[in-house]
Amino acid sequence: MTDALKIENLRKTYDSGFEALKGIDLTVREGDFFALLGPNGAGKSTTLGIVCSLVNKTSGKVSVFGHDIDRDLSGAKMNLGVVPQEMNFNQFEKVIDIVVTQAGYYGIPAKRARVSAEYYLKELGLWDKRNEPARMLSGGMKRRLMIARALVHEPKLLILDEPTAGVDIELRRSMWTFLQEMNRRGTTIILTTHYLEEAEALCRNIAIIDHGSILQNTSTRDLLKQLSVETFLLDLSEPVSEAPELPDFDTRLVNEGQLEIDVRQGQNLNAAFSQLDAKGLRVVSMRTKANRLEELFLRMVQENSRKGDKA
Amino acid sequence: MSPDAKLTALSTIVVREVRRFTRIWPQTLLPPAVTMTLYFVIFGNLIGSRIGQMDGHDYMAFIVPGLIMMSVITSSYANVVSSFFSMKFQRSIEELLVSPVPNYIILAGYVAGGMARGLGVGLIVTVLSLGFTNLSLHHPAATVLTVALTSMLFSLGGFINAMLATKFDDISIVPTFVLTPLTYLGGVFYSIQLLPDFWRAVSMANPILYMVNAFRYGILGISDVNVGVSLSMIVLFIVILVVLCLRMLARGRGIRH
Ligand SMILES: Nc1ncnc2c1ncn2[C@@H]1O[C@H](COP(=O)(O)OP(=O)(O)OP(=O)(O)O)[C@@H](O)[C@H]1O
Ligand SMILES: [Mg+2]
Repeated sequence: MTDALKIENLRKTYDSGFEALKGIDLTVREGDFFALLGPNGAGKSTTLGIVCSLVNKTSGKVSVFGHDIDRDLSGAKMNLGVVPQEMNFNQFEKVIDIVVTQAGYYGIPAKRARVSAEYYLKELGLWDKRNEPARMLSGGMKRRLMIARALVHEPKLLILDEPTAGVDIELRRSMWTFLQEMNRRGTTIILTTHYLEEAEALCRNIAIIDHGSILQNTSTRDLLKQLSVETFLLDLSEPVSEAPELPDFDTRLVNEGQLEIDVRQGQNLNAAFSQLDAKGLRVVSMRTKANRLEELFLRMVQENSRKGDKA
Repeated sequence: MSPDAKLTALSTIVVREVRRFTRIWPQTLLPPAVTMTLYFVIFGNLIGSRIGQMDGHDYMAFIVPGLIMMSVITSSYANVVSSFFSMKFQRSIEELLVSPVPNYIILAGYVAGGMARGLGVGLIVTVLSLGFTNLSLHHPAATVLTVALTSMLFSLGGFINAMLATKFDDISIVPTFVLTPLTYLGGVFYSIQLLPDFWRAVSMANPILYMVNAFRYGILGISDVNVGVSLSMIVLFIVILVVLCLRMLARGRGIRH
């Protein structure tokens, strides 16, 4: 199987002298659904910008489905569809024109372009808006317009930079379904997001980037296994005045009706419940404190910046 | 990209450019029509009738070719500079940058768009002028060649201006402080034979003088300068600007980080 994206020792120093990427390696297999995670300013958009040639790299190698961007840029571009983080269409143009024009840039004749544009605008619920100028769309619709535009030439690799930022919950779910369907039909997808439950729900593999370096690059499942402690929030049936002392678990009082409990890897919740039971405490409901991935992510990034402070 | 695909990409850019300037016709097509009609009425009819002849022609007939060229130059330049700069400004230029369209096709598309507007406006002004004077075509090939090459040259100029511009002010500096004075002093309203030796020599350094005269030669059969020299000079400038544009595009100047 070919790699959809292969990045080797990629570096970027902006004209300002800022070193945004410090030599990253990344491989995304064909058919993957891949998340690139990292805090603001980590270098996610810079990386993706280089892949789709909106940003010039300083050094390193990038290839898309085996097409090296230095040697066969047009081959690489043909396989690539991009949904950027910032809006970048002409606000005065009509929705349908934006999508059909984009197809034309890939050499797709107008007739075929219109068929493809109709298909994706319908899929993304924008067909009714096709004759409106783009500036009349809501924020969520503008994002979907950029997705339709990225797909109109049917790329094998779809790159989305924060596709669900500012999109309401219902729409986000429908976008997830849409992307999963695209992936199921064979499109390789790379996305960045700050909603970690999104990465957990959609992506098979995850890379975490911070300060221009990759901290982790592994499967979502393996990543979650590294989570050694998980914290749960328990709602109690009766208020208590202080946190109970349990033999095997650390607990903290959030407020008199709510308790925090740490469950380490290898421990099980049943033990926690029976120990609580022994103290006469009844649990009405329970949820995880933070998204599991979120906890892991925060820990890694904090550790990384501590290391950075020492260095 | 295959040659067919490149052709599709080129026509996509041209169609988009033409759609843009026709959509905003009150800003692009109407103003030159109004301004030139005023020139015809005031300079041609009212004042021109008192001036009498210029180089053996009615003053009206003398200025019409210059005024057509003036609107072609202004419109070609304005179309490319404002369209390409606003693409940069709104970042919709990224639509092209992520696509496999080669740089020379991008350039050709914008230049063709600029020529479509420049020549379209030229045609509108020509038709309007027929209400004031009778135009005969003395040398059709020279006329068409001059106007097309001039339009191409100034479309290229607009492209360079847009690549270099970083704010909206930057796209009005050249038209206001360079193009307008050079056009007014480029023999649109007078024959440089009327000028004292010194100013005539200075005028000869103005490239627009050659274009206006070559075009006037095509229509009236008179020129202050050698037409062959004029055309070769325009072609030379075109070649230089094409090279500059392609180099800027290759480096991604002002459009890639
Ligand atoms: N044009 C530029 N010139 C100079 N520095 C830049 C430029 N663009 C980005 N940077 C810097 O490079 C770093 C990485 O930016 P990048 O946009 O890649 O981050 P990101 O991971 O996408 O962040 P976010 O989650 O906020 O979108 C940041 O520190 C940013 O300030
Ligand atoms: Mg970003």
